[in-house]
Formats: sequence, C-alpha cells, structure tokens
Amino acid sequence: MRKRTVYLDHNATTPLHPEVKKTLVAAMKVFGNPSSLHKFGREARALVEKARGDIASFIGAQHEEIIFAGSGSEANNSVVNILYCPAWKGCVGQGGLVKKRRIITTKIEHPCVLESVACVAASGIGVTYLDVDSYGKINTEQLKEEIGKGDVALVSVMMANNEIGTIQDIKSICEITHRNGALFHTDAVQAVGKLPVDVMELGVDYLSFSAHKIYGPKGIGCLYIRKGVPFCPFIRGGHQERGRRAGTENTLGIIGFAKAIQMRGVEMQAEAKHLFGLKKRLKEGIQRNIPDVFFNGHPEDSLAGTLNVSFAAAEGEAILLYLDMEGIAVSTGSACASGSLDPSHVLLAIGTPQEKAHGSIRISMGRDTTKDDIDYVIERFTGVIRKVRGISSVQGERQT
Amino acid sequence: MVVVAMSGGVDSSVAAALLLKKGYEVIGITMCFNLPDSPCGEPRCCGASAIADARRVSSLLGIRHYVLNLSREMERDVIADFIREYQNGRTPNPCVRCNEFVKFGALLKKAMALGADYLATGHYARIIKNGSYHLLKARDKRKDQSYFLYRFNQDRLRRILFPLGGYTKDAVKKLAKRMKFGVSEKKESQEICFIPRDYRSFLKARIRSSLFRPGRILDDKGNVIGTHQGVGFYTIGQREGLGLSCGCPVYVSRIDTTENAIHVSKRQGMYRRRFMVKNLVFPSGALKRKTRLRVKVRYFTPEVSADVEPLEDKAEVSLREAVFAITPGQSAVFYDKERVAGGGVIEEVLD
Repeated sequence: MRKRTVYLDHNATTPLHPEVKKTLVAAMKVFGNPSSLHKFGREARALVEKARGDIASFIGAQHEEIIFAGSGSEANNSVVNILYCPAWKGCVGQGGLVKKRRIITTKIEHPCVLESVACVAASGIGVTYLDVDSYGKINTEQLKEEIGKGDVALVSVMMANNEIGTIQDIKSICEITHRNGALFHTDAVQAVGKLPVDVMELGVDYLSFSAHKIYGPKGIGCLYIRKGVPFCPFIRGGHQERGRRAGTENTLGIIGFAKAIQMRGVEMQAEAKHLFGLKKRLKEGIQRNIPDVFFNGHPEDSLAGTLNVSFAAAEGEAILLYLDMEGIAVSTGSACASGSLDPSHVLLAIGTPQEKAHGSIRISMGRDTTKDDIDYVIERFTGVIRKVRGISSVQGERQT
Repeated sequence: MVVVAMSGGVDSSVAAALLLKKGYEVIGITMCFNLPDSPCGEPRCCGASAIADARRVSSLLGIRHYVLNLSREMERDVIADFIREYQNGRTPNPCVRCNEFVKFGALLKKAMALGADYLATGHYARIIKNGSYHLLKARDKRKDQSYFLYRFNQDRLRRILFPLGGYTKDAVKKLAKRMKFGVSEKKESQEICFIPRDYRSFLKARIRSSLFRPGRILDDKGNVIGTHQGVGFYTIGQREGLGLSCGCPVYVSRIDTTENAIHVSKRQGMYRRRFMVKNLVFPSGALKRKTRLRVKVRYFTPEVSADVEPLEDKAEVSLREAVFAITPGQSAVFYDKERVAGGGVIEEVLD
C-alpha cells in the first residue's frame, strides 16, 4: 500500500469540522464585548446566548446551568475547587456541606482532576481513590462502603476514559452518591458528542466537557452546574457567566462549540456504528499479524473509536516514532515526553504490568477515519512492531 | 538522514542547525532517563524542561523531534557500574561509559534502525577519514571532549558526526544567539547527570548501609590515624571529609579493599609515574610495540608524555613526569598529537 497520512489521535484533539470552520469565519466579524450594552455588545451577546441554549439542550440542561470555561481542565478544576473555598457559606448558596471534608474519586481520572484533588488534599481535605477492575470499571461496592462513612462532600468519576475508552455506569454511581447525601461530578470530556449524554437522565450535579475533542475549536470548555447546587468561582473578578466565571467571553470559541455540538447531533449515531466496525477490523488485524499483544479497556462498554493495545517487549515511544515515520499518528501510554517515565496511571490501575504499560499505544479514530486507513495501519504496524522489538532493551519479556 | 541527540542546550541545538544547513535530513531525539530533578531546580539535560527546550528548538528548525526512553540502558550499563566501582574502591567515569553504552551504543543502534546514516551530537571533537577513521581533539582545546569519546572502533566512528568539532565554544554561542534559539544563556552542565547532590548521598540512598564497613585510615608509615566510613565514600586525591587532625593537609593516596583500609599521604607523596591500563580501545589500529605518546589520566589533568607498552590485553604506562592522584577507575587516554591513539581504564597504580 502506498504511504499515506492517518491521524489516529482523536482523543488528544480533533480537526475542525468544515461546518464549524465556516461558522467561525462568518462569526469573526463580530467583535463586540457581550457585556456591552450597545449594538456591538448585543450582537455578540445574542450569539453567545444562542450557543449556550443549543449546548444546554444537547445535554438536556437549562441554559442557565451552563457556564463556559477556558478548557475541560478548567471546568474540572473549578468543580474540585469548590471544596477549597475558604468562604464556603458566602458563595455557595447551600452551606450544608461545610462539615463534610472528603472527596471520592478514582485512580483513572484525567490528571486535571487528580492533581487538583491532590492540591485540595494538601489543605486537609480527605481523598479516597476508588480502585477499578481489569477493564477499568470502578468498584461500586467500594464506593458504597466509603461513602457510607458519611463525611463525603463530592464524588467525581469520569464518564469515559481518555486512554482506554472504558465507559462507567454514571447513572448508578450518581444514585449511590445522592443516596448518601453527596454531590456528584463527572468529567465527560471524552463522552459528550460521542455518546448520548442527558444530565436529567443521569442525575449528575456537575458535568464537564470540551469543544476540541468533538471537532470544535481549542480553548473552550463547558461546565454544567445543576440549578441549586453549591458553586464557588475559580476565576473571579467579573459578572460574566452570572458571576460564576469571570473574564470576557471567548465569543468565537463559544460559537464554534455550539456549531460542533450541532454537528454531533447530526453525525454522532452513525459515526459510532462506523467506528465500532473499524475498531473490530483493527483489533482483528493486529491480533492476526502480531504475536504477544494485549488489548486494554472494556470489550463492550468502551468508546467506539478508542483502542488501547500493549505490545510485549516493545517501547511505546519507539512505536510512536516509527509509526510517525510511516505517516501514522497515535499516542503512547508512557509519558516520556513529559519528562517522566512513569507509565500511564490508568494502565497501572487496571493492573497492567510496568513493562507492558511501557509498550502501550492508544489509537483513537474519528469521523474521517476510513477502512483503507485501518488496512494501511494494520499493514504498517506489523513491520513497525517487528522493528521495535528488534531494538528493544526489554528482552526476555516476550512469551513464545 | 542524521539523528541528532538533542538536550535542548546550545551545543546540540547548533549542531542540529549546522547539519540542516549542510543539507542533511535531520531528526532530533532527546533521551529520557527518568532521573529526579535536581533539588535546586537547575534543569537536567534529560528532564522535562530539557525535553521542552529540545522540542522548541526542533520546531523552530522545522525538524521532527522524538523522546526515547533509555532509562534501562542507563541503569544497567552506567549507574549500576558506577555503584559497583565505588564499592570496589575505584572512581568510575560514568560519562565515558554513557558514551560507549548509551549515546553511541543504544541510541546509535536505534538511530540506525530508524534508517539514519549518522548519529550526531554536540560534543567537541572531530572525526576525519584518512584511509581509516580517526578521532581528533576539537579545534577549541579548552572545550575538547575527546577524552570522553575514545572508546569507539571504526564501525562506530564511521556513523558518528560531531558538527561542532571545528568551532570554538564562543563561535557556537554566537551562532545560537543569531539563530534565536533562546538557549544561549543556559548554565553549562558539568556534573554527573544522575547525581542530584553529591555522589556520597547518592551511594547512601542506593546501597544498603551494612555494605559500608568502617575501617582504618593509615598514614605513610602504617600508623592508624583515624576511621573511615566505608571505602565507597573515598576517592584518590580527596582531602576534605577525612575527619583527621594531623596538622598538615593529607590526601587519600590508596584505597585497599582487601584490608578495608584507606591510606593517606602528604601532597608530595601523591605523585605517581607508572600504572596498568585495562579494557583497551584503539580507535584506528592497535598499538604493536612500546610507543611514546601523550597521556591524559583525568579530564581536568593536563596530558603528559609517556611510554605506552602493550601487554596482551593490558598496557603499562610510564609517564615521563609524575602526576598527582592517578586514580583507578578513571580513563587514561593516549594522544598522538591531535589524534586519539587509544585508551583504557586505569587498573592499578604501580609506583
């Protein structure tokens, strides 16, 4: 097969949808500050509020339950930050949680949750990290036991995992949480726009998501805050977003976000079916051609486009490098590029041994991925893995 | 195609730029060893901020950049040996080993597997082809790093490029400034990259304390004048930290692991002329008979004239003038004017 370029890193970010691009270009002439009262301001305000309404209804929320943020990470940080609020009673509406000083989360959250939780913990708030099974599903019995202690203010569990794609049963986790008088947050950055998400159906109190994972622009995130639940602004100093997030609105980002969401509504369902088919093809192709491979994540409850695979006796960075030379873009479970060699915390949490975690690759497909792309990837993967295993320093790990 | 080992610093960045200018297809690779960041916040050559710097420079140059995990090789071939050597009363040179096994070992192998024709680094040394390949000192004698690079045979020399060998450090700094890499002001790395503070606390953290057996400190006449904390904590020529009060300065002159004793001498007793070298490498042809060469016994020690006599797998070196603190474990590198004739590891100091 001739060399081609195949982008398979959609969980990192996605290309802009052509329709979103058109909308953005048209919206670029709008420059007013949505807070201004004059014509220019009104024009921008109208677009922002229309976008807010569209995004809200896509997830079954009310428009006033939606605030925009700079990213999904900011949205997640904002929720965890509520526990940190020194003036708790002053800004949350409900002061009843003040005596509860513990947060429950999981071992497989995105670092933006884990690190903000760790920061809150340093100020004396207790943290419990739930275990997950070998597929990445949380242990609800452990949740019941921990939350039953009665001191938990917030439970935060991600809806779909960015690395292995495993989807949690958010509805039942949320029920357990509410039954025990705590608030529930879900990081739905990898879920909204890929799976049907309805906040009323799920019953969540907070839900974060982001535009650039679903063919929207970068630099715009969204947080759903159920009416009446406590909140404390993470960024202060302005009345924007009803005082919940200061700073002049990212008008273009918001408009692009709404368009991306609209297109998701049109494309999501058929795309998921298409991607499940491609994933099956890819998985079978890899299994047929390459010995000693292990697939990570849940076999069914998983994002349609995400496939995480470990190769024994190979290093993730080297696989990534060789695939890049072949025009194939993926990402690796080992985080060497960030200066640390600790393998992915998600893979370790599901019990992947260190060596295998180091040899892990995340393949995340998207709306443009074709059958030919996948066949090309299967073909090139085989040679690349053989090459990488030939130069690997991990010897003797391979089962023959 | 050339793979350039990039640390994000001035030298390797300019090396990459020079190769690009010469028309090579260049790929930058930063090695990652998962080493702890230094406590004073100084960025390491292979830490997160070094990787970010190398990536930034690569994107400015428009070349691909990757990070490769070589921590296993580093641990197995360099750090483990470093610890073992100290325990055996020798003072290792981990940079020599890193060049042999990691940079121009594992990394070179990986670069070749990538389809590269050469591996380049920002070292100051030169390689010329004159019939066979020869390793030469750098043009900038103050920066010359050939001492650390003597352990390469023809097969490796053929695949290595040192683009900075003909430049002075000042010229390289100027080039970096002109290229606007924003890395020209960085502090240069001199320390051992995997040692966060000093090697003694590193050894303490890595070795069970029961392996450090205290023993006697003896003077030239064999009198016991103190107690040491374990031979691993001492190096030949060391003056500080002996815990002695004998009036005039004394230095560690011999480490006797069989007797678990440290011998100390006054300064004039520290000079030696004759020693044995093992693990020999002759980059461009083995030495056949006793030859007059110039020898360097430590990186910072000036070279002196010597007779080098090959004896099966070892060599006996007789210096024409005595040198202070010749240390087993360090490398002795033989020069024939500009050319690196060979070298090996100092095994035993004779007299």
